[in-house]
Amino acid sequence: MKKISLVLAFGLLVFTSFSQTTEEHTASVKKIPSVKLKDMNGKSVNTSDLFKGPVVFSFWATWCSPCKKELNTIHELYEDWQEETGVTLVAVSIDDEKTKSAVSVYVNGKAWEFEVWMDTNGDFKRAMGVNNVPHTFLADKDGNIVYSHNNYAPGDEEKLLEEIKKLTGK
Amino acid sequence: MTKLFVSLLVVACSFNYFSQGSFSGNIESTFQYLNADSVIGANQPPEKALLNSYMNVFYTNGNFRAGMRAESYLPRIQGYPDRFDGTGIGMRYVGYGNDFVDVTLGSIYEQFGTGLALRSYEDRALGYDNVLDGIRLIVRPYKGVTLKSVYGYQRLTFREGRVERSDGIVRAIDAEVHLNETFPKMKEFPLDVVLGGSFVSKYQRDDNPDLILPENVGAYGGRTKLHYKNLYFDVEYIQKEQDPSSDNLYNYNWGHACVFNLTYVQKGLGILLSGKSVDNMSFRSDRTKDLQDVFINYLPSLNKTHTYNLVSTLYPYATQPLGEVAYQVDVLYTFKKGTKLGGKTGLTIGANISTTYEPIRHTTGFAGNLNRVNYKTLPFDKSDSLYWRDINFNITKKINKQFNFIVSYFNININNDVAKISNDAVGIIASHIGVLEMAYKINTKNSIRAEFQGLFLRKKEGGGINDKGDWATVLLEYTISPNYFFSFMNQYNFGNPSTEKRVHYPIITCGYIREATRFTVSYGRQRAGLFCVGGVCRFVPANNGLTLSFTQSF
Repeated sequence: MKKISLVLAFGLLVFTSFSQTTEEHTASVKKIPSVKLKDMNGKSVNTSDLFKGPVVFSFWATWCSPCKKELNTIHELYEDWQEETGVTLVAVSIDDEKTKSAVSVYVNGKAWEFEVWMDTNGDFKRAMGVNNVPHTFLADKDGNIVYSHNNYAPGDEEKLLEEIKKLTGK
Repeated sequence: MTKLFVSLLVVACSFNYFSQGSFSGNIESTFQYLNADSVIGANQPPEKALLNSYMNVFYTNGNFRAGMRAESYLPRIQGYPDRFDGTGIGMRYVGYGNDFVDVTLGSIYEQFGTGLALRSYEDRALGYDNVLDGIRLIVRPYKGVTLKSVYGYQRLTFREGRVERSDGIVRAIDAEVHLNETFPKMKEFPLDVVLGGSFVSKYQRDDNPDLILPENVGAYGGRTKLHYKNLYFDVEYIQKEQDPSSDNLYNYNWGHACVFNLTYVQKGLGILLSGKSVDNMSFRSDRTKDLQDVFINYLPSLNKTHTYNLVSTLYPYATQPLGEVAYQVDVLYTFKKGTKLGGKTGLTIGANISTTYEPIRHTTGFAGNLNRVNYKTLPFDKSDSLYWRDINFNITKKINKQFNFIVSYFNININNDVAKISNDAVGIIASHIGVLEMAYKINTKNSIRAEFQGLFLRKKEGGGINDKGDWATVLLEYTISPNYFFSFMNQYNFGNPSTEKRVHYPIITCGYIREATRFTVSYGRQRAGLFCVGGVCRFVPANNGLTLSFTQSF
């Protein structure tokens, strides 16, 4: 119990002092954390490396039906979205060693054009605070997370596009 | 421990001197109120109400990072490991990393290669967590070269708000070289080559009065990954030294594990062939433990993870760490728009076949052997004794912008004498399962979806219904984007051999989602069964009641 109270005190201290500092500086925003992963073809990637425009990180798995519905829906709209907003979609697979080998079969079988990253041991998932999939994040061109949504229902892609357009001012 | 928190405190205070940093994390909380329901064998716990929660907080600032997780079981929800109770810190670490070195002190999640030698990971839904507590150092001395070392004790359980560690210590190193990055001459080479090797060792004191047990046990091996045009191939082979344990009945055999994957892809087509051979490969940091406790390595089962209720939860298969030989073929093909079969919108077909057999154990010449080496096995030397077979197909078709459907068929055979799944079944449980899923988009915000599932069992040899007989499931779901969903599911065991057990399991679930916040409420009956994620399973008893869950990311 002594330890718990110590930790609580520590938490309180951090948060009070932190909230003071954030008033002085620009508001603290969640940034894409830096985690070293491999993409689907084995190339090394650093998750915090920036893209040219806004980025959608969509956490998915081959065993997650709503995830696949979301990505298949966006797949059909992707060309238009890219032209309109310059957005990049990164499909972050949280498939572990059991189903990892099915990822490229699915991605190619569906002819997806997304970037596909492999988060085999859940490091990026943990760092991004993902409880369950599908979980979709939208980051601006500087890597600040501006919107996230932890579900997929048909129509959610329109809300996502709206948020992307807010970023690009179009 | 107290010292660690004090140092965390000091670090935390110094945060103020940094201009900025980034906090992130997540919370999940699940509450259950359970009723007694004698028809399905659900008990009411004496407390009636159960509550599981955890919260992760991560901080990064430049090259510095720290994180912790608070966990709480007041008490644990049904089906969770029974030694989880109290509230406390389940994970915490501090770390520093740049492009050259990366060091972490505290709780460490790590995987070498495909995990056959070492994998520490968590799955909160299962209550699985074998995190290593110690130090990890990663060095990237040269382009394409990664060296890792890990040293620590594994988490065994969480009692009275405190993590209890495993008895044995784990020490491990791993090296990986991506030749095309390391050697400039190979940069434009059409063949892409990655080579790797691991060595993992555990130490546990020999406290056995009857046997002289090896106290230091090593597991080591190599791996390679090749990529040429549309072809991908990877293989890893790990062997393990003599490791007598309660799993292998204290034999002194060596063990091995090998996995390979061969993939061919082109736009619209993916084909995978995988193979796996395992013998005597249960590698734990405590030789006396069983079930899912303190595994140092990870042995995935080689089959598709299904998502439909009757397919995924009635007869799932988990790896037999003592030995198996398995193969899998997975194919996905999309007929393009405008082709004869593709029509206006395209058509996708998928097929997946997986089999698992008992390996052959050559025992000739080993009888009466006093050194407790009982048999000989060779990699991929399989017998005809079937553990598991799954043959499944599916067709996905979008009729128009509003309506689409998926038709699937599964033929699943599981050997209940080996991979025990039911107390009511004998021998091979052979099932045929058909699923029709349909979705209709009413307008931009409103959609409905329905699933109709039927499971039919083959009769036992000599007649009679095997296990609990046939099942049917209906699921209806209504969603209002982006905030609400409502679903109703009913499972009906209409083919149960005893008529009074032909019961319905209805359950209603509603959810509200706003950005990264999610609330769900469900009420109804849930059937007893194995709940599996990634080939690791836990048994969840039947229950009847109310479940509230809340998740938040920040």
